[in-house]
Amino acid sequence: MGENNSYLEVKKLSKSFGLFEAIKNISINIDEGEFVCFLGPSGCGKTTLLRCIAGLEIQSTGSVFQKNKDISNLPPSNRDFGIVFQSYALFPNLTVFSNIGYGLINNKWKKEDIKKRVDELLDLVNLTDHAKKFPSQLSGGEQQRVALARALATSPGLLLLDEPLSALDAKVRVFLRKQIRDLQRKLGVTTIMVTHDQEEAQTMADRIFVMKDGEIIQSGTPNEIYTKANSPFIASFIGSMNFIPAVISNSNKVKCNNVEINCNTVDFKENESVQIAIRPEDIQIKKENSDDNILPAKIKEIEFLGSFQRVYFESKNVSENLIMVDVPSSNARKNKLNVNQEINLYFSKEDIRVYPV
Amino acid sequence: MNFFNFANIRRGKDSSDRVGQFMLISYIILFLVFLVLPLGSLISKSLENKEGDFVGLANYNLYLQEPALFQSLYNSLFVAISSTFIVVILAFLFSYALTRTCMPFKGFFKLIALIPLLSPSILAAIALVYWFGNQGVLKEVLLGKSIYGPIGIIMASVYWTFPHALIILTTSLSLSDSRLYEAAEVLKTSKLRAFFTITIPGARYGIISTAFVIFTQVFTDFGVPKVIGGNYNVLATDIYKEVVGMQNFQMGAVISMVLLVPAMIAFFIDRYSRKKQISLLTSRSVVFKPKKHFKVDMIMLGFCSALALIIILMIGMAQYGAIVKFWPYNLNFTLKNYNFEVAGLGWDSFYNSVRLAFFAAIFGTIIIFIGSYLIEKLRINEGTRNVVQFFALMPMAVPGLVLGLAYIFFFNAKDNPLNFIYATMIILVVNTIVHFYTVSHLTAVTALKLMDKEFESVSLSLKIPIYKMFWRVTLPVCLPPIFDISIYLFVNAMTTVSGVIFLYSYDTTLASVSAIHLDEQGEVAKAAAMAMLIVYVSIAVRLTHTIITKKILRKTQAWRYNIIDSN
Repeated sequence: MGENNSYLEVKKLSKSFGLFEAIKNISINIDEGEFVCFLGPSGCGKTTLLRCIAGLEIQSTGSVFQKNKDISNLPPSNRDFGIVFQSYALFPNLTVFSNIGYGLINNKWKKEDIKKRVDELLDLVNLTDHAKKFPSQLSGGEQQRVALARALATSPGLLLLDEPLSALDAKVRVFLRKQIRDLQRKLGVTTIMVTHDQEEAQTMADRIFVMKDGEIIQSGTPNEIYTKANSPFIASFIGSMNFIPAVISNSNKVKCNNVEINCNTVDFKENESVQIAIRPEDIQIKKENSDDNILPAKIKEIEFLGSFQRVYFESKNVSENLIMVDVPSSNARKNKLNVNQEINLYFSKEDIRVYPV
Repeated sequence: MNFFNFANIRRGKDSSDRVGQFMLISYIILFLVFLVLPLGSLISKSLENKEGDFVGLANYNLYLQEPALFQSLYNSLFVAISSTFIVVILAFLFSYALTRTCMPFKGFFKLIALIPLLSPSILAAIALVYWFGNQGVLKEVLLGKSIYGPIGIIMASVYWTFPHALIILTTSLSLSDSRLYEAAEVLKTSKLRAFFTITIPGARYGIISTAFVIFTQVFTDFGVPKVIGGNYNVLATDIYKEVVGMQNFQMGAVISMVLLVPAMIAFFIDRYSRKKQISLLTSRSVVFKPKKHFKVDMIMLGFCSALALIIILMIGMAQYGAIVKFWPYNLNFTLKNYNFEVAGLGWDSFYNSVRLAFFAAIFGTIIIFIGSYLIEKLRINEGTRNVVQFFALMPMAVPGLVLGLAYIFFFNAKDNPLNFIYATMIILVVNTIVHFYTVSHLTAVTALKLMDKEFESVSLSLKIPIYKMFWRVTLPVCLPPIFDISIYLFVNAMTTVSGVIFLYSYDTTLASVSAIHLDEQGEVAKAAAMAMLIVYVSIAVRLTHTIITKKILRKTQAWRYNIIDSN
């Protein structure tokens, strides 16, 4: 038995395909009504984990509990979930109405009840006018919402989303992110989404499980993951990050090439090789705090990215790598940034993270 | 391999998974009984003497010491390679014209080119007899050489295998990325160089595949050399002579093995090159659209017209021969050649053929489609899946004549509990389905692969049993390929000779076989009439098929015709 109050509990789950271990000994708890994301690069096992929870794959070892009931050995048809696939898998020969009502027919619903429920769902996903159309007559975003409505039709306790937005245009994607998130809040349905898009995970999830090589390497709220990434992999996978090789020179001091930088080095011994990491937006070109590390640098390249500009600095004293700095466009204009201009960079001590090499 | 992984079956598997697993195991048993074991008894027959004692390779030794038999192997290779060479060149040019030029009347040419598919291979041989035979119209063209022999075999083989080559090559040539040609043009590449560096390499797997398919077809064909081979012996006619003429089953089995091996090798090379072909085109490719080029278009028009004319002249001559009173002395029209009673045959064989075709189409389509669905879509043990997959591909490598002979050895054995199907319609139907299993299976698999692989998962999550989904979604969506499979089985059952030549009985004579016997008795006009009957039915069935398909499709495939440019 799962001995806690979580809605879904995955216990020591592993799945191998032949010699390949797709997921390794994963344990997680998900609360009722929570929206969680499995985030990771392709091949990290996130989809396999989702399919094990659905019963579409059979785990090699371990178990899954839903509402404290062991569902590990139940076939998918005996589990309580709805699922939306990346391809949507809408039945091409059935209308939108029949697609959404597809799961209701089997549950011995009366005709008028089915009609009522489907109309309700059509309204929920704003597709009332499209009921009689076939999937091929809808845009990608509309098809996606039909798939969502079909998955929700039987009011499942758990909603599984397998890369639901990755087949869509950028604009539609941003729009649907919010729509799905709002819908999930409104219905309060516990939801698991699999995605490789860190932005998607960050904007939608209550909690993110970052996966790599079949393991969960960090979990937490989007903010925790972003600000307290526990490995260089996550730090660079989520957002951008400057990495600079360094050696611990003193307590709370590292040496990068021939410059000393102040930072928090609690977990490391003297003379240990490390890398320090700082996000491009945390580096300042205008001094605000006198405690900061000051590094002279020269602009090598400026990339215009709309609301901000990514400036690449060269600072041979610190690192062979160029240092990325994100400067708000208004700021860049004010300071008249130019290539070859020499300028000081400020690293705040609190923004620097130190990772082992 | 682990076929019976019961632990997996119990854990997390649906009842539909269990049913699927059970059904696939039944498929394995069926394949064992109707394909593997018969072939096994063929092999063991080749290792026995007349008394049924094991003699090792003695029969093979005997074969090698018999120069006449060895000559047949050489002859078979010669006609097969020559025909392949000619067909590949002709079909390549023809399909090039269809796919890469702006030649007018493409639809018409495509239609004409497919005509040979509707007739048994012997029809071509009969037509050639009328054109170039001893009393042929154009006998002089051969400059004293006889049409009865390699010339006739090669000409008739080229005729009947042409559409098969055309279909593969057209598919292969239409899979082309126009971006490659644009890149070549931008780099100032000449048209000729582009042809040799882009077109030919792009189609090379198609060409290889075609070559091996045609080689096998000609190498293993029985009808054509029987009718027009004269004294020119090939392996297929040798087997027939040994088995039917001399009752030497052991030697028949040995020659069958000699026929089987090259066919197997050709099959594997073909499979290999087809796999390669698929990977050439990515989803990002832009489909090639030919540009007008007056000179090329006109040359191609001339070439295709010439081939179309030859095809029409061939089938036209067969029809003409069937309705004239006494070739070449009395050319008045008559229908008396369709009266087969005189030859002691009646129309029974024709009705039998139609019945065979009908049963093979109905049962074959059901069995093959369900089989491919189980393999493609159900969560079943990988080992079981691979075994069935392998069995489904195997029939293509087995020549019809060999399969037929294997059936005799296996089902005619006194101690075989299935002995009762021997010499009945059942064995003909089963043999036909097995013989034409692979192509139908691949058609079904291709169609199923196009369907979203998550349909089954969606159904499970919505608690809909798989069979309901199959009925409500898979079947309706797959109706067009299902019709294609049934028509393919029907027409092939009507026209096949080699598969059934050993298996028919007094009560189950077939039209194609009767045509051969009529020809043997010198009743060439009646043979032509019988062969033409098959053509009529094939055409009628094709037409009906087109009409029904259109009607049913309008009903069930409404979604296909309402596609907008989505996202």
